[in-house]
Formats: sequence, C-alpha cells, structure tokens
Amino acid sequence: MEFKIANKAKMLTIALMAGGLLMLVIGLIVHMEDKSFLTRLLSNTLVNSFFFFSIGLGALFFLALQYATETGWYATVKRVIEGLAGFLPVGIILMLVTLLTLTFTHGAHGHIYVWMDPEVYKEGSHHYDPMVVGKSGYLNELFFWLRTIVYMATYYIFYRGFRMRSLEEDRVGGTEIHFKNYRRGALFLVFFSVFSSTSVWDWIMSIDVHWFSTLFGWYTFAGMWCTTMTVLVMLVLYLKKQGYLPKVNDSHIHDIGKWTFATSFLWSYMFFSQFMLIWYANIGEESAYYIQRIEDYQLLYFGMFFINFAFPMLILMSRDAKRNASILIFVGLVIVVGHWLDVYIMVSGGSMGAQASIGFLEIGMALAFLGLFIRVVLTNLTKAPLTPVNHPFLDESIHHDI
Amino acid sequence: MAADKVIYAMYDDDDVLKNGAKKLVSKGVKINEVFSPFPIHGIDPIIGVKNTRLGIMAFIYGLIGLTLATVGMRYFMIEDWPMNIGGKPNGTYLENMLAFIPITFEFTVLCAAHGMAITYLIVNKTLPGMPAQNPDPRTTDDKFVMELRMSENDGFSSSELETMLKDTGVIELDQKEI
Repeated sequence: MEFKIANKAKMLTIALMAGGLLMLVIGLIVHMEDKSFLTRLLSNTLVNSFFFFSIGLGALFFLALQYATETGWYATVKRVIEGLAGFLPVGIILMLVTLLTLTFTHGAHGHIYVWMDPEVYKEGSHHYDPMVVGKSGYLNELFFWLRTIVYMATYYIFYRGFRMRSLEEDRVGGTEIHFKNYRRGALFLVFFSVFSSTSVWDWIMSIDVHWFSTLFGWYTFAGMWCTTMTVLVMLVLYLKKQGYLPKVNDSHIHDIGKWTFATSFLWSYMFFSQFMLIWYANIGEESAYYIQRIEDYQLLYFGMFFINFAFPMLILMSRDAKRNASILIFVGLVIVVGHWLDVYIMVSGGSMGAQASIGFLEIGMALAFLGLFIRVVLTNLTKAPLTPVNHPFLDESIHHDI
Repeated sequence: MAADKVIYAMYDDDDVLKNGAKKLVSKGVKINEVFSPFPIHGIDPIIGVKNTRLGIMAFIYGLIGLTLATVGMRYFMIEDWPMNIGGKPNGTYLENMLAFIPITFEFTVLCAAHGMAITYLIVNKTLPGMPAQNPDPRTTDDKFVMELRMSENDGFSSSELETMLKDTGVIELDQKEI
C-alpha cells in the first residue's frame, strides 16, 4: 500500500516549521545584543542538528542490527525504520553545516570548541592552555574534519546500500540480497561500534575539552537508541491509526514497546555508571563536569534523569501498557523531550554554562527542526510500499505472535 | 470428590493436536490440560489457559529485594558498624545512596529471579522430588497428550467424546478412573 501524507500532517509540519522559525526570529532579535549571542545560537544549532541526526543514525544502526541478527519479526515495520533512517542524508548536511560554521568562527570564538581557538595555542596569551596544546595531536581542525568526513561517508554509503538493496528486493525477491544485507549489516556494526564512540568524542565531548570519559560514547549512543525506538513506536502507531500497516499487530507494537523500555534502562544504566564512578573516585578533573552541571542545571539535570528513567520504568513495565497506544504515545512524547534535554545539557553545560536558559530561541529552533524532521520522514515513507514485498521473513513477521 | 473418569488422547504432532483442540472446543468440549515436551505456541487461548500472573509476582519479589537490601545495608554500613572505604561511604544513608545502588540493584534482580523460578516450580508442582504429573512418560520425549475430564464435560458421554477425538487424528486413546 502506498503511503500518502495526510493534509493534516502536511499542515502540522508547516505549522511547526513556520511557528518554530517565528519563535526563533523573535529569540534572535531579543538576544542579538547579548555577548553570548553567537555561542547560544551555535550551541543550539549543534544540539538540534545532533539530536535529529542521531535519530536517523539510530534507525540505521537498528536496521543493521536486524540484518546482522537475521531477525524475522520486524519485516512488517522495516519500511518505517528505513523511513527514519532516511533522515540521515539531511541530518548529515545539517551536522556538516553546523560544524563548518563552528570551524569558521573558531568554535564560536573558543566558547564551544575551545580547541579551535588559535589563542589557546599562543604561549603568553592569557587564553593559553597547555592541556589543550597537549591534546592537539588528536584535536586539531584538520584531523577533526578528516574523521568527521570518514564517519559521515561511512554512514551515508551504508544507508544508501541498505536502501537500494531493500528496494531491489521488492522487485527481484530471492535470498541473495538477504545474505548480502546480512554481511553488510554485520560490517556496519563493526564500523559503528568504533565510530559511535569516537564521533561523539569529537562532536560533543570535546566541548568540555579538559574532561574525558570512556563511557561517554556509549552513554550518548544509548540515548540515541532510546530516542529512535521511541520515535519508531510513535510513528508506527500513527501510521496504524491512519489505516496503513494492516499487517502490524499488537505483538509488533509490544516488541517495539519493549525496545523502548529496555533502551531506557540501558541509557539509565550508562548515566548511572558514568555518574557513580566519577562521584566515587572524586578526582577534580573528572568531577568538574558534573559539578558544573549540578550547579547550573540542578533541576533540569536530575529532572531529565527522572523523566528518562522512572517514567518508562514505572509506566511501561506491565504487558498491557506496552500494547496500549495512548500510554505509549504519552510516555514516548515525554521521553523524547527528556532525551532532547539530555543533549541540550551535554552541549550547553560546556558552552554556555550558567548563562544558558531555555527561551524562544531554544524552543523555536527545536520546533523548526522537528517540523523538518517529520516532513522528511513522512516524505521518505511515500517513496516505497509500506510493507516490503519480497522480504524473506515477511511471512514469519505477519504471523508474529507473543 | 467422587470418582472421575479421565480420557487421555495421544498425538504425535503438536499442530494436529492444536487443530484438534480447536475443533473440540468449538463443539463445546472442555479440555482440562495438555502435556507436551515443549511449549506449544498459541495453545493457551484455545484451551482457555489464563494469562500468567508470574510477572506481578516477580515485581513483588523485586520490591522485597529492594527493601531488604536498603534496610540491610543501612544497618550494616551506617548504623551498626560504620565502614569507610576510601572516604566513602560516610555520614547518612541518603548522602551515600549512590554507593549502595549497584548492590541494591543486584539484590533486587537476585530476589526477583529466584522468587520467580521457585514460584514457577511450585505452581507447576515440579520441584525436585515431586511426583511427575504427566500421564505418560512419552510426553517428555516426542508425544503430546490431551486430557479431558468427564466431570467437566457433562453434556457428552464418553463414547461420544471418543468418536470426536478419533476424528482429530489421535494415535492412542486411554481412559482412567481417578
């Protein structure tokens, strides 16, 4: 069945984008004169580009995971995952534009990426920072861009391959494509297991340039995965309500609900592991990161943890809740906001510090990005039949029953 | 309870049994139990087995574990013999809760998992040493047995039931007084 975007959805995305842009412009005008204006603008661009890019990337990872494990149940929702992954090209462009702007402004004059500020390397300058100089073998603009391009190219090439083979499978069938996907999925996971960590070291962790945490990559990855699963379950429920995806039954919804539940725990586990080890060891260089965030964002920081951990745990624990569309949508909307806040605090904590506040600029930009995201994903869904035609596990998936 | 007559119908294929059960139930026959070497997917709603409440019990066992761990550690580490390892924990329980969370978590999981497993064995009457419930040892190998009780099927005579069973592809029929 071909998917057509309902007029209501079209209106909604346009309203989101227009309203978001309007709020953004108001925010820009109000804060134009602020000293921290550029930092604020760019750190928000980074937050939103990264957040929405990571949903696309999470979907690509999830797709690769299904291929590599030769999963059967997901065949009926495969096109929805592909639709989400289809945001990746747009997300890559958004990320590249943001990072390019940051490079040209020397990391917002050293407020976001301190290590991009040439002053930091000049001995005698009062910005001189021997620790950053010590890291410059890895954290320099040339090597940073080299890595960024490698990450993005890898993600894009794998996305294109998966998509092309998926559409080809619809035409020719057989199992040859399936086994090729199996091998490529496993290969992607190998690349992704390294890149998912190192890429966020570059893009996010280098904001707090003195601080480092080995868990940071997996922590961000867990947040990314959880957001993706939440968005996926909401999108599937939306499509189902519109009368598409007739083959998706309660068991599929239940399974994606379980993923939401489980990845919320994974994220909480990572949050706690990182937090507790640093709290226990109490070493100045490490705890600085948390002291800063607890002082400047106490309510937001722990509120965000509470939302992302306790909400899904308490509400989604029972089997019936994971099969109930209204509960899933409610929890889903709340934890997507929660994970956005997580990314926001990661970035703003290091760049804006105590001066950060959520106002027109922040909300407006997030809404505009959301509108764009929904529009791109829905447009992707129109491009191929919503149920794959020749997927080898389609029959198994249709009879999925748990 | 008065003497009851039980009919055991043996099959050698789970799908045949499942289809047979569907046919019988649609005619109004009540199937008391099915014995099988492995879980037969989708048999529960056919023979009217209610959804398990084991999950709720697991949650309760988990809560018990959580409480025990919290109370225990507060007593061991804070009240009775305050211990200080590398500067932590010290002071009150609340200030040091983070240090106790991993153990609380582990103990919660331990209690939930063991409680659930033991409850499962008790409910199924399969604790070590308990007499076997299955009517025929072959149901632990490759045969499937359906159990019908006459007391639950007042509307049918035993010969009627047997004819109906024979239509569903049984390989052996057996009757027993209990």
